[in-house]
Amino acid sequence: MSDMRQVAVSLHSRLAITRDAEPAVLRIATDPGCLPATNTALILPSFITDLPPGFAAYLVEDGEPETLEIGSRLEPIYPLPSALSYLGEGDIIRLNPRHGQVWVMYRKESSTNSMLFTEQCNSWCVMCSQPPVAADDRWLVDAWMEAISLMAPDTAELGITGGEPTLLGDSFVELLAACKHHLPQTGLHVLSNGRGFNYLSFAQQVASVGHPDLVIGTPLYSDIAWQHDFIVQAPGAFDQTIRGLLNLARCDVRIELRVVIHRLSLPRLVGLATFIARNLPFVEHVALMGLEPIGFARANLSTLWVDPADYQSDLEAAVNELASNSMNVSIYNHQLCVLPPTLWPFARQSISDWKNVYLPICQPCAVRDRCGGFFHSAVRSHSRAISPLAHDGQRVSS
Amino acid sequence: MATIAVPQLNKAFASEDSFRQRTGKDYALLPLRFLPLDEDRYVATNFAGEYIVLTRPDLQALIRHELRPQGGLYDALKAKHFVLDGDSSVAIDLLACKYRTKHSLLSKLTSLFLFVVTLRCEHSCPYCQVSRQSQDRHAFDMRRCDAERAIDFVFSSPSEHIKVEFQGGEPLLNFDLVRWVVDQVLERNETARKQIAFVIATNLALIDDGILAFCKAHDIFISTSLDGPRELHNANRPRPGHDSYERTIEGIAQVRAALGADRVAALMTTTRASLSQPESIVDEYVRQGFSSLFLRALSPFGFAVKTGAIDGYTIDEWLAFYRRALAHILRLNKQGVAFREEYAALLLRKMLTPYPTGYVDLQSPAGIGLSCIAFNYDGSIYASDEARMLAEMGDYTFRLGRLVSDTFESVIGSPRLLDCLAASMSESAPMCADCGVQPYCGSDPVFHYATQGDMVGRKTTSGFCRKNMEIIKHLVRLLEDDREASSILRSWIR
Repeated sequence: MSDMRQVAVSLHSRLAITRDAEPAVLRIATDPGCLPATNTALILPSFITDLPPGFAAYLVEDGEPETLEIGSRLEPIYPLPSALSYLGEGDIIRLNPRHGQVWVMYRKESSTNSMLFTEQCNSWCVMCSQPPVAADDRWLVDAWMEAISLMAPDTAELGITGGEPTLLGDSFVELLAACKHHLPQTGLHVLSNGRGFNYLSFAQQVASVGHPDLVIGTPLYSDIAWQHDFIVQAPGAFDQTIRGLLNLARCDVRIELRVVIHRLSLPRLVGLATFIARNLPFVEHVALMGLEPIGFARANLSTLWVDPADYQSDLEAAVNELASNSMNVSIYNHQLCVLPPTLWPFARQSISDWKNVYLPICQPCAVRDRCGGFFHSAVRSHSRAISPLAHDGQRVSS
Repeated sequence: MATIAVPQLNKAFASEDSFRQRTGKDYALLPLRFLPLDEDRYVATNFAGEYIVLTRPDLQALIRHELRPQGGLYDALKAKHFVLDGDSSVAIDLLACKYRTKHSLLSKLTSLFLFVVTLRCEHSCPYCQVSRQSQDRHAFDMRRCDAERAIDFVFSSPSEHIKVEFQGGEPLLNFDLVRWVVDQVLERNETARKQIAFVIATNLALIDDGILAFCKAHDIFISTSLDGPRELHNANRPRPGHDSYERTIEGIAQVRAALGADRVAALMTTTRASLSQPESIVDEYVRQGFSSLFLRALSPFGFAVKTGAIDGYTIDEWLAFYRRALAHILRLNKQGVAFREEYAALLLRKMLTPYPTGYVDLQSPAGIGLSCIAFNYDGSIYASDEARMLAEMGDYTFRLGRLVSDTFESVIGSPRLLDCLAASMSESAPMCADCGVQPYCGSDPVFHYATQGDMVGRKTTSGFCRKNMEIIKHLVRLLEDDREASSILRSWIR
């Protein structure tokens, strides 16, 4: 993370060659001498005529388009899109030859892999960074089932996201069980609106998977029901989520709360912190998060945007309220130059590596390595307080 | 508040109003109590001990159902579960959960057991009503057979956490028994598997390397007495040689060197001579390297005073002393000295956190018996430390039984204890039932019996009531009106 990353990592790309074949979830191999398998794609630096047989696909980094075109008539050969040149041993892709699509599902070297289980959602949050899609996407369940079985057992953590993953019901529980089976040492972090756990039986079902390291991360935006419901655009959501949290706690499932700060949630931020400390003390972590200006957040940006420089006293009060009640609290998606130094100990480098960038103005900053930087999407909408700092937190005069 | 611009979202989203209007036009009041805080303001508390400060007109509007269901005050009342409206029904679930949490220690029953291993003491403090100057070991030492029965009794408690505190007299005068009890308890715990903590309450005058080695080996905590600077301490606590202060200070240093800096705490008792010098008492604690101090009035109020043994003082005099000491402590904190007053910290935990505290004097039902049991040197069982002190003055009202013939079950289930607990519960006691600080206070039947001849007590003239009500109101005012003090006080609940 210490390099000056200007461009985020691309997880989707198009193939120059299509063929009439079924989509497949494939593990990447880079050693031509390795044991071939039908669920493995081999990356070759350049085109060779004597391909090692038995791989499901051959991704060629370098080669004459015509040569590859001719070769591809006999073997599943594709030019590796240059945007995916980072692919390495153990990564997992989904190859859709008919549509010429490659989707990078998992990167072995990344610490921020996440699994999008479904794009469907029963909420419609005004700042959703991943707007829901109503279409039937049950195929994702099968794709992830296969991918999970191919992942490296030493994967430290996996995120599960959506849409709302719990809408999958039994399939959601089966996916958790598959993770436990194939990746018993991998921590699971599920992003869920928690409404499904309103049903005690569903909370019990999830708990009975007995996953050794499972946390449910649930957003909560206000201590006033209708204000939360307005932000998630779903009447009754607050009551469902709160009862869901109580049910999860009853089943000893670990919970994280995630509060996105914007103009609609800001008025109750301190009240919400008090509410959490008082009513939900069993929560093991509270993340107070800056807005990711993408998706619905971009569509509603003029309504939602508050310069973080303008809410630091509220943020500090909320953090102190939680911390003085011995709750574990973190600040996500805020740059160190925006935060008062008293809040630095709570700031985390929280942005997934594939969408994490720094600005040119950050070049001379002495604390950049400790700073979480920006969402790729936030390059155009960021605080006026962004400024390089010296080691002691003082602004560097320009 | 009505002029707030309605946020304009993209057309794909429903308007704020369509959600806001679900609140409706009226609200129901959830259980609440209130108390005047000062001339203009009231402090109201809810069922689970959350508080809010209201002006008199706001309080009247709230209770008359005249508050408009929007705006910051209404939202605060709703979020803290003082009111319920059409917006949400989850408040009832949360209140139930919070109420259960606040009373969760009840089902665990007794966790603190005092072993009065001897009444003998080489000090002759006038405010102490129990110690004896005697060479006759047999008359005032606990017998081993009673200690053995007491250990049986301790292991009958369902509590997972057990604290065994050795009291006196001066328990180091009967250290052989202390040693024996510790060994026995730990042996029993091989199978019982409870969390055990040991404390010795000692004046430290007789501490030596052998005792310290034993304490180190068994992780025993030391609680001692330090009343203030040398002159005050030695005047309060006479002993042959007039060197109580010197011995205490030297003992504290020895304990820290042997057991670690955080393995000794000190308690102070306020005498008439203390009243004029709260600052120098606090400074003495800071100078001795303590990070906190427990400011205690003569306890239980009236025993020592009633006998004429020492000059008493009124509770208002003590409160003035307390406020001055607290102000001085806050001043030190503002200068960067992290230092805490423990009684305030206890009350703040009750006010600001969802969790219960086990402090015996601030429970309802009362903490006697349920939170604490005292085994006296003579094999009798008392409901608290104060209860056995009362007995030394010839009143056996709170003697719950005898180790030779009673069990944990017979004592905890005895009508003598249960009747007293039921009668004195502050949820139903006259005046307490309506008091705004009821969730933070407690019931002290031994105190009220001793001072007023009645376990429930008459609260208008009760020193216990006045003390707690005034301290709690003082803390609320500091939390509300003094930002810097508020953040210091909030750091004490950790």
